[in-house]
Amino acid sequence: MKALLSALGSGLLFGVGLCISGMTDPANIIAFLDVRGRWSPNLAGVMLGAIAVHFSWLRLAARRVQACGDDARVSTKRVDGALVGGAAIFGVGWGLAGYCPGPAIVALGSGAFGAVVFVLAMAAGMLLSEGIQWTIKRSGKASLVVR
Amino acid sequence: MLLALIGGALIGLSASLYWSLNGRIAGISGIFGGALLEHGRERWLRVLFLVGLFAAGLVFARFTNRVPAPELGLLPLAFAGLLVGFGTRMGGGCTSGHGVCGLSRLSVRSLLAVLTFMVTAALTVFVVRHVLKLWVSA
Repeated sequence: MKALLSALGSGLLFGVGLCISGMTDPANIIAFLDVRGRWSPNLAGVMLGAIAVHFSWLRLAARRVQACGDDARVSTKRVDGALVGGAAIFGVGWGLAGYCPGPAIVALGSGAFGAVVFVLAMAAGMLLSEGIQWTIKRSGKASLVVR
Repeated sequence: MLLALIGGALIGLSASLYWSLNGRIAGISGIFGGALLEHGRERWLRVLFLVGLFAAGLVFARFTNRVPAPELGLLPLAFAGLLVGFGTRMGGGCTSGHGVCGLSRLSVRSLLAVLTFMVTAALTVFVVRHVLKLWVSA
């Protein structure tokens, strides 16, 4: 129950942060990404504020407030093609729409119709990616068995 | 700029609480993907985080009476959404997971991912706005 409440609270706080900083407006994202236009440093400011707090927290507070021990999850993968390729594809979509996953879901709550379309397509894209990865993994295992 | 920093600090606080209380990385693409693909309690944790995000948008729109919307049409928007979903699942994160959380824990993987998506996003905006000259109403 406590975990469910803290998940809800974290989501709420995250969303409020995105709203206050103006990151739910695609125009503000594009203004940062458009180096030839009227450039706005706001997105960098949001990242800076977020990283400053989270970095300090991990350094200072996390030693006392131990993250849920063996339940804590951090990726242990290494740098690979999927990381770079996936990030590159994500960047193209982000640059097109001015939405990344967080702001898109907040925009959904604010009632922006475009966000409904975007989030549904995003879900489809994730399932497609998962399906392809699953197929590759399965065919990899099958070929091992054959060999 | 001050609002950007304050909003960012709240996002950082959220990522910190989610890490300390739930033991998870506050990466929205991962949370969204988990809400789709996990089962039982694991799914509910993620759904509730998303409900929080959604509720923040709902309340904020009520207070400000402003609903910012993307400029492009629904078809290109759907295409962009497909790319964002596919790419974040394949690359294991987005602006929050790799950007905020990954950079905060000095992850080399995340740094590489952030540099990659920043470059392709800026290139996309450049091509769309200045080469093809689409959606240049602003």
